[in-house]
Amino acid sequence: MVEALYTLFGGEGEFLYFLAIIASIFAIVLPLLIGVAFAVYFDRKIWAAVQMRRGPNVVGPFGLLQSFADGLKLFLKETIVPAGANKGIFIIAPMLTFTLALITWAVVPFGPHLAIADLNVGILYILAISSLGVYGIIMSGWASNSRYAFLGGLRSAAQMVSYEVSIGFVIVTVLLNVGSLNMTDIVEAQSGSIFNWHFIMFLPLFVIFYISALAETNRPPFDLPEAEAELVAGYQVEYSSMAFALFFLGEYANILLMSALMAILFFGGWMSPIPGDSFIPGWLWLIIKTGFFFWTISMVKAFVPRYRYDQLMRLGWKVFLPISLFLVIVYAGVWVYGDLIPK
Amino acid sequence: MESLLIQYLPILIFLGIAIVLSIVFVGAAVLVAQQNPDSEKLSAYECGFEAFDDARNQFDVRFYLVAILFIIFDLEVAFLFPWVVSLGESGIYGFWSMVIFLGVLTVGFVYEWNKGALEWE
Amino acid sequence: MALPALAFWLFASITVASGLLVISARNPVHSVLWLILAFFSAAGLFVLMGAEFLAMLLIIVYVGAVAVLFLFVVMMLDINFTELRQGFLQYLPIGALIGLILAVELITIGAAWQFGPDVASNAASPVAASNGVSNIEALGAIIYTDYIYAFQVAGLVLLVAMIGAIVLTLRTRPGVRRQNIAKQVARRPEEAFELVDVEKGEGVSIPSKQR
Repeated sequence: MVEALYTLFGGEGEFLYFLAIIASIFAIVLPLLIGVAFAVYFDRKIWAAVQMRRGPNVVGPFGLLQSFADGLKLFLKETIVPAGANKGIFIIAPMLTFTLALITWAVVPFGPHLAIADLNVGILYILAISSLGVYGIIMSGWASNSRYAFLGGLRSAAQMVSYEVSIGFVIVTVLLNVGSLNMTDIVEAQSGSIFNWHFIMFLPLFVIFYISALAETNRPPFDLPEAEAELVAGYQVEYSSMAFALFFLGEYANILLMSALMAILFFGGWMSPIPGDSFIPGWLWLIIKTGFFFWTISMVKAFVPRYRYDQLMRLGWKVFLPISLFLVIVYAGVWVYGDLIPK
Repeated sequence: MESLLIQYLPILIFLGIAIVLSIVFVGAAVLVAQQNPDSEKLSAYECGFEAFDDARNQFDVRFYLVAILFIIFDLEVAFLFPWVVSLGESGIYGFWSMVIFLGVLTVGFVYEWNKGALEWE
Repeated sequence: MALPALAFWLFASITVASGLLVISARNPVHSVLWLILAFFSAAGLFVLMGAEFLAMLLIIVYVGAVAVLFLFVVMMLDINFTELRQGFLQYLPIGALIGLILAVELITIGAAWQFGPDVASNAASPVAASNGVSNIEALGAIIYTDYIYAFQVAGLVLLVAMIGAIVLTLRTRPGVRRQNIAKQVARRPEEAFELVDVEKGEGVSIPSKQR
């Protein structure tokens, strides 16, 4: 992506190279932030539709500008830092969440090698950065010096940590068919036709990944950290204004990332499901698939009741962990003895 | 080597931009919005009483156990990544090597299951 | 380009500075947070050396897992700072003694250290990874075959850690009623209730097994 822009700009000099990098970063960040705003809107609309309500419909046509209005409102609110809080950490926590949610997108490929950074270890980079996401929550929970926030932060940390293991096992198994950690290679291993997409051969893994992704992003039915009936809003209780907005943006950017990861790992990334299709560009396919998975996640929120915490931990440690561990071995055995490993 | 570092340069710049962006968001909101703090606003969200003591009290040792178990399984996953990439070369030998490794850890997993370490009460 | 050098100084100074703050911060939670920053910038240093897999692993394992445990422990400890200060002077002589012994040992090792004959030439011309093999593939090619014993010992160490953690920390609370999901699912309406026609003014006797 950087290279493409670099040649577009003329392809000479270090300054232009920097410019190309910055341009490609904004080419991801701006659509992402706007996409997050609309994701929030669609989330609310879908939720409302399931409950036979109208949802946001006042600001702009069909209420499309609702998220921007909310953003502006939050921007004009007072930033409250509680007197008993640990002020530095309190302010840094939402910034950390937001920053991490953004930089994970650096390796997401929108086409062959069309990412801000086409790393050899792309998928590990995503795992690494998303494993840092826990800190935004622990830090805010601890720094707020409020009981609700502290409990929410703790719960959330233990929950995210529990499901990260299964996500790791699932990703490893998918990589069996790829033989590389590069994101572009992962998508290209599924080239050919729709029957080569990983969700067909790795269907049980996709199910585990989907549910773990919900838990990892604190989405319902696993939204215990912010369970409003008991913890009010969990780790976000004390936040207001843009500090709150950054948590919100980061959370939705992470959900979109998980949707994009589902598309990349299991549904052929930028590849078209229609054979011989060349009029819809690849990046649009990735966006369509990401949007589809976001829609399903939104539907889950609408009609699944919340888990209890002991059930949540049980599902992570006693169901997903042994199953995914077992599947790693089974799939690896089939791939090794069936001589299916890509060379 | 050089090409490797060039790959990471955008990430470094991206990190910088993201940090600046988040500081600008929070900073601008602080500057633009009217700040009018008072002691009621700044007190911790509670049921109406002042908080009696520090909210950060001790919590269940189980969270600690979960963190330890997570480290162990995370290391397991870390060992799996180079294995899966090089399985084409190490082949059947590499596969059984990993099966034994995971088998040993499964013994530990069965132990913790039977001990009830995975129960949340 | 001078960029790698610039990045090196950036990461190196952050690592050292946050390392210093780890030991000088008064609040232990702050210490752990500085430690995380030190790990993170150390990962940056690994990338600069071309060890991208190690860099990612450092973040995933140390920052993503070990430091979470540290934070839990530190948050869980009920630390009384004034009490900690009281003991400080009392333990100062013994602490200073241990520090001194360590320093002497380090200096002795440093003075007696001899570089291998090839080090200088190797450092001057580092071996590039041959034909584009990334370092994760290079590692994977030998860990599971050539170094299989070390690898299996690593597995045993993890097993010991797992068992040790459970033995040391697991406390089962008595009198906790747990959910038995298999039993719940296996329960059928027929065994849970029955319909009885009750005659007026007679009542009905309930079989004792279902009570």
